[in-house]
Amino acid sequence: MQEPVVADTKTSNRELLDFVFAWPAWFFAVGGALNGLLVAAFVVVILMLMFGLQFLGYSHPVYWGFLIVNFVFWIGVSHAGIMVSAILRLTQAEWRRPVTRAAEVLTIFSLLTAVQFPLIHSGRPWRTMYWTFPYDWNRGAWPNPRSPLVWDPSAIFTYLTSTILFVYVALLPDLALARDRAPNPVSRAIYGVLAMGFRGTTRQWRIQTVAGLLLSAIILPIFVSVHSIVSWDFAVTSVPGWHNTIFAPYFVIGAVHSGVSAVVTVMIVMRYAFGLKRFITRDHIDSLARLLIVVATVWLFFFLLDFFFGLYGTEPAEVDTWQRRLVEPPWVVIAITFIICAYIIPVPMWMFRAIRRNFFWMFVTTILVNVGMWLERYMVVVPALERKSGLTFTYGDYAPSLSEFILVAASFALVILGFLTFSKLLPIMPAADIKEGQILADRIRVGRANVPAAMRE
Amino acid sequence: MSSSANEAAARASAVSEMGRTIPTDAEVPHPEGVRWGMVVDLDRCTGCQACVVACQAENNIALNEEQRVLERRAKTWIRIERYWEGEFPNAKARFIPVLCQHCGNAPCETVCPVWATYHNNEGLNVQVYNRCIGTRFCANGCPYSVRYFNFWNPEWPEPMNNQLNPDVTVRTKGIIEKCTFCVQRINRVQVTAKTEGREIRSGEVQPACAQSCPTSALVFCDINDPESAPAQLAEAEAGRSYTLLEHFGTDPGIIYLKKVDPHAEIHEDEHAHAGAHA
Repeated sequence: MQEPVVADTKTSNRELLDFVFAWPAWFFAVGGALNGLLVAAFVVVILMLMFGLQFLGYSHPVYWGFLIVNFVFWIGVSHAGIMVSAILRLTQAEWRRPVTRAAEVLTIFSLLTAVQFPLIHSGRPWRTMYWTFPYDWNRGAWPNPRSPLVWDPSAIFTYLTSTILFVYVALLPDLALARDRAPNPVSRAIYGVLAMGFRGTTRQWRIQTVAGLLLSAIILPIFVSVHSIVSWDFAVTSVPGWHNTIFAPYFVIGAVHSGVSAVVTVMIVMRYAFGLKRFITRDHIDSLARLLIVVATVWLFFFLLDFFFGLYGTEPAEVDTWQRRLVEPPWVVIAITFIICAYIIPVPMWMFRAIRRNFFWMFVTTILVNVGMWLERYMVVVPALERKSGLTFTYGDYAPSLSEFILVAASFALVILGFLTFSKLLPIMPAADIKEGQILADRIRVGRANVPAAMRE
Repeated sequence: MSSSANEAAARASAVSEMGRTIPTDAEVPHPEGVRWGMVVDLDRCTGCQACVVACQAENNIALNEEQRVLERRAKTWIRIERYWEGEFPNAKARFIPVLCQHCGNAPCETVCPVWATYHNNEGLNVQVYNRCIGTRFCANGCPYSVRYFNFWNPEWPEPMNNQLNPDVTVRTKGIIEKCTFCVQRINRVQVTAKTEGREIRSGEVQPACAQSCPTSALVFCDINDPESAPAQLAEAEAGRSYTLLEHFGTDPGIIYLKKVDPHAEIHEDEHAHAGAHA
């Protein structure tokens, strides 16, 4: 799909940088509300540090719950950035241009939020360096390389580093643009330092383009590895219901499902909040919705495979877990809600062109997908612990506490606040990329022929 | 001993001299050497819970108040699991003491990111409290659910704080604890034997649970020592010996002897289903 010309360079520059230099009142209202939630979460974390994890809903034998579910969820959402940005860039999908930056920034902030959770969830968070950093400190023991909890930090921090690099490389021309248009000398100096002397010479453009493409290609294997490794937190244990070879691809495709849905949600919000009606169009959400139909269906296939493998082994404890997940009272409600929200409502709706091109319905369905995907992770993690092995005497229940609800709500606040702050300080729309797309889409008359103004090599 | 085994042993001791306690290939598994274990004769167990109380007193386990039990946060390093068999009024209670199985192939050891739990060269699954960071991954991985988390700092009301065992660490909040096979008693016996210049006598080591068991259902032993009485018992009773959740492949150090059932032929199918066969 070729992007039509929507604005000349001057209009693009003005409208795309508008929010960076403006201070609308709603920015302070929303920011204040989100900060309020963060303060509440901060109080909970301080209490947890001072008095132990008694405020959480954990008990014997369910020692992982909401916080780990939330960790998996945000890692999942973080897969949107690379899915949308790197793959679409490598396949030269023209419609990607306004979408990429928002998706990548969503990746960064959801990753940063996700990594908080295993840390505050551990019993002694002040000892985090002992397992996240491969060094023996003064303990005489290096981290245990057999533990997935040691693989996690390396995978996640590799992903975080490469995503930040990826965003920064793409951001360079826009930083230069912000430097040139900054209203006061202080911000001009800051943007100037960040732009690292980018002046738009041919050589700089070539380096920037090659770096972007190389990073896209390098980042893809990392993208697949991250959620695979997160899934191995569960799959390498012997817990029935977790111990499953299908988990890595199942988690990755689930992550793409929730991530791309989150990108659609964010784009629709941006369209109205930042006044980007000209740049984020029905064509974009239409394309993403068509992508989502495929992703959602593959994800459903993997979910059914997981279920099938669970029953096919006829291992009593595993069958118990599936019975717990899909039949027994509190969980049957969650199971039905999740499958309805994540597949049964959205996918048939996306089959209709009118829905795919309707901002309101796309907003509703993509929110539903993420509600469903959060519950899906909840259903994967917790019931397996409640029915862990054949020793029925130790079967237990899990009920989340108020603290956990606050922390989960605060994680959403943190991501939104991070995203908002980024778009306030830096151009959230890739202005240079959009303008490049417009030049490529522009046509000129040569004699009687109407030809593209620029040719792609 | 071959020369390569000598080298391996030398390397292992060099490692321990440097204060490093990472198990090397030379240390685990331990084909010869000591492997502490237990024989649990379910035919003798009456479910009296004396072992639970003894363990609580010996190992400075926090008080399990009613509220703690209700919220399932009570800590019992050894617990008597009670299962009902048959329908009322012909119901029978079956008891099985479950404690850390000190698995030779332990699921908890592989998942700990900081080596807080590892296998030592005497077959013990050791928990190093100072290393533990409380990810609780081990507690999730343990199929026997015998690992307990400290949700708060334990407190003992006066005068109960005076009966704390000085040989055992009081665990702080945020870490996992579990049965140690009363490692402090093992150490004491080893030191005594060393100062007296002799080998440890069979049956000399007694964890609190085994010591307090009125019917001697719990017997502690070196299961690698074919001369020890419990090992001989397990050998003689091989027809009813089994390990718990054998199909997980954890190689537990505790051998259970199943209950002698006068109506065995009636219940045979059920036992086969429960995996409680030889």
